[in-house]
Amino acid sequence: MRLTTAVKRFTLASAVAAGLGLSSLASAADTIKVGILHSLSGTMAISETTLKDTMLMLIEEQNKKGGLLGKQLEPVVVDPASNWPLFAEKARELLTKDKVDATFGCWTSVSRKSVLPVFEELNGLLFYPVQYEGEESSKNVFYTGAAPNQQAIPAVDYLMNDIGVKRWVLAGTDYVYPRTTNKILESYLKAKGVAEEDIMINYTPFGHSDWQSIVAEIKKFGSAGKKTAVVSTINGDANVPFYKELGNQGISAQDIPVVAFSVGEEELSGIDTKPLVGHLAAWNYFMSVDAPENAEFIKAWHSFIKDEKRVTNDPMEAHYVGFNMWVKAVEKAGSTDPDKVAAAIIGVEVPNLTGGTSKMLPNHHITKPVLIGEIQGDGQFSVVWETEGLLPGDAWSDFLEGSKDIEADWVELKCGNYNTVTKTCSGQNY
Amino acid sequence: MLTRFLLLLMLLTLPLAGWADAFGEALELLLERKFADKEQAVPALMVTGDERVRPLLQALLQGELRYRASDRQIYFPRDGKSIAVLSGQALGEIAPSEAKKINLNNRMRSQIKSALAELNLAHADPAKRLQAVNALLGSLDAETIEVLRKRQQSESDESVLEVMALALSIADLGSGDEAKTLAAIAQLEGSLNAQIRGELLRLQQTAESEAVQTAAARALASIQARLDWYATLETLFFGLSLGSVLVLAAIGLAITFGVMGVINMAHGELIMLGAYTTYVVQLLLPNHIGISLFIAIPAAFIVSGLVGILIQRGVIRYLHGRALETLLATFGISLILQQAVRSIFSPLNRSVETPAWMSGSWQVNEVLSLTLNRMYIILFCLLVFALLFWILKRSRLGLQVRAVSQNRAMARSMGVRSEWVDALTFGLGSGIAGIAGVALSQLTNVGPNLGQSYIIDSFMVVVFGGVGNLWGTLVAGLSLGVANKLLEPWSGAVLAKILVLVFIILFIQKRPRGLFPQKGRAAT
Repeated sequence: MRLTTAVKRFTLASAVAAGLGLSSLASAADTIKVGILHSLSGTMAISETTLKDTMLMLIEEQNKKGGLLGKQLEPVVVDPASNWPLFAEKARELLTKDKVDATFGCWTSVSRKSVLPVFEELNGLLFYPVQYEGEESSKNVFYTGAAPNQQAIPAVDYLMNDIGVKRWVLAGTDYVYPRTTNKILESYLKAKGVAEEDIMINYTPFGHSDWQSIVAEIKKFGSAGKKTAVVSTINGDANVPFYKELGNQGISAQDIPVVAFSVGEEELSGIDTKPLVGHLAAWNYFMSVDAPENAEFIKAWHSFIKDEKRVTNDPMEAHYVGFNMWVKAVEKAGSTDPDKVAAAIIGVEVPNLTGGTSKMLPNHHITKPVLIGEIQGDGQFSVVWETEGLLPGDAWSDFLEGSKDIEADWVELKCGNYNTVTKTCSGQNY
Repeated sequence: MLTRFLLLLMLLTLPLAGWADAFGEALELLLERKFADKEQAVPALMVTGDERVRPLLQALLQGELRYRASDRQIYFPRDGKSIAVLSGQALGEIAPSEAKKINLNNRMRSQIKSALAELNLAHADPAKRLQAVNALLGSLDAETIEVLRKRQQSESDESVLEVMALALSIADLGSGDEAKTLAAIAQLEGSLNAQIRGELLRLQQTAESEAVQTAAARALASIQARLDWYATLETLFFGLSLGSVLVLAAIGLAITFGVMGVINMAHGELIMLGAYTTYVVQLLLPNHIGISLFIAIPAAFIVSGLVGILIQRGVIRYLHGRALETLLATFGISLILQQAVRSIFSPLNRSVETPAWMSGSWQVNEVLSLTLNRMYIILFCLLVFALLFWILKRSRLGLQVRAVSQNRAMARSMGVRSEWVDALTFGLGSGIAGIAGVALSQLTNVGPNLGQSYIIDSFMVVVFGGVGNLWGTLVAGLSLGVANKLLEPWSGAVLAKILVLVFIILFIQKRPRGLFPQKGRAAT
């Protein structure tokens, strides 16, 4: 009797212990960790917090579908606080301490440049969701945002061919993305036969608020009898007083249209859009796009964030595409090992939110449609033009000296920086 | 007899049916998905000559036109009802999910604008007709010129006739006939219209006759001289308006820093509080945007003033005479205020609406137009300055403030409650900062970082103008604004700011007490 109870107790205890041990073992082995490296405080928090929420939603949905390789996904959120060196530290923490299998993050180019050596040294995977200036292709980074040929060049083509623009104002905030983009656009325009005096380039500091003389100058530049347009890489806050000043000085979108590369639904949601109606933006996704995938995504987003008024935007779609590509690649490789996933992801195709199918290319960029939208009174865009089919992203611009001979190909050449003239793979230590 | 009657009836109804069809068909085009097809709608509608076209186009341009998703019936709202365009009947209740907006693109907007202008040429109101002719100036083609020529005969209003003559002269410039062209150039000489300038430029470069070329060149030269003159005026205006913003931001600091000697790093945040007060007042009065601004001015003064007094009583008075500690403490306060605003209002920028009377510009002539919001801000700045000046020089409080700042011990022994005066002075300076915030909310983004972007400029103005001197602040702010704007076209916005800063540093090396140093015993 006594013995039996003792035995019973023992078996019970061991069963419980085993159960506990097993379950803890199971939870350790059964999750795949996904790093989320977006600023949740500081100046970039406005834009990046949304992307963190998007990732949490995508991971939650994937887990509801049964996870990945039979395991649950576990998000690891860190806050690099809009501080560029801190991005590198947090990236190192994600890769060495948390041992994440893939990381989704960064917004500004400078933060990406800051984490790049870390991901290359520790062989991690980074998915970068924002349109950028190109001139880069790392073995460890997948660029799901637009390269210049997927945003700036088609927008200029639209203005030139459909609107008949002859004079160009390239206005931007003074930092790396506008400067590189404008350099590419300038040589592109010149290659198309636009004269030097028909291009005006202007840079302003971050958060510039006194636009009077610049707008007056644009007005003068535009009154030379030729159709004029502004290509704007003006960033963030500075856009509101810029558009206000345009309105006040009586320049309508019909006289001098402004096409912006950094103004999306999220930026418009905080401001009075009346003075902006008719101005343009070029993106690869708009919330107003009429596609079943998009309607589903918006519904899921609203129920996840519990706010019907929140908008969706282009970088969110880039994360959606990037995450699904990674999921597919992991399933294809049957493992989360970075090298295996990086090899498997090339050529993977997933539906994007505009009704097409995006594909990961050997240069670690993806195919995207390009849409031009006009701003409407309700802060949404109505699509007025789109490319036929999808454009492949080009890492190295064909319109810049020194960059047009360079190619990135991680399948054949195993190089992100291959010079086709000298036949050498240079830079970035590959 | 009967057949004849029927035939007559058919003849009568046929064209009517045809008309209705053309209108209906043109209307259908608006529902096309592709803009290339949609753009056919406006010309097609104009061809029908139907009287429903004008209200339809107006509604379309204003974005009021909708269609019902279920039966693709186009309608617009009138007096709370939905009126079908085709039948003119009310459609009854339409669910929001059923109501789809008809979107436009820029090309359609300009199509509609010139179509409406064409329709408005026959409008009963001369002002409307003038507007219509002006709108047509930009899109003159053979057809519109024909319409204008016809209208010219029946037009009676002087100013409308004038613009019509201008339009026809522009048409003559492009006619190719030498005598006609020369006459038109002579008539147009001195006109500042951009359209004309473009035509003249084209003539100067491409005209076959030499006489036309030289005439065009001469006309262009005289136009250019006038343009340069107006451009200078415009730059001056821009400079003054930037300067008045600087003065508004700095003038509160001129009191707290200049008169009291307190280095208040939270000054920018007091401006920000004023801007947020404007936002809250607008939230409370959503239907009276114009009036809300006038309510916001005293409200912002009180809010920022009270916060200022709180800062003074709570922190600064314990740090009297210790500049470094005051600086650090107020810097901390500025961070606290910023974070508080982030927590209460969210880190996103808030949208403050501009009342209608403040948007747009005052068109002096074809090339010079002064934006209204900037003009009001210049006036407002001068008003605030005058008021403050009066308070400090003429009122009892001003007398006490000056007494305390010049010789505290003496003032106290004369019975002035110096503590109380300190608090009120600080409150006054802070309140003025709040008022500046109301003005800035009309120009820039209202967000947690608003204050930071003005704090450096404010200190710059006060130091440059001479600490403790209101006139100095005014002159320094305005001259810095003008200098900035004169440099900007030449050096670009980034370099202009740097150059101004370098200039001030050098200036302070030469004259450490600024433009208008205080003299006499008060200076020590």
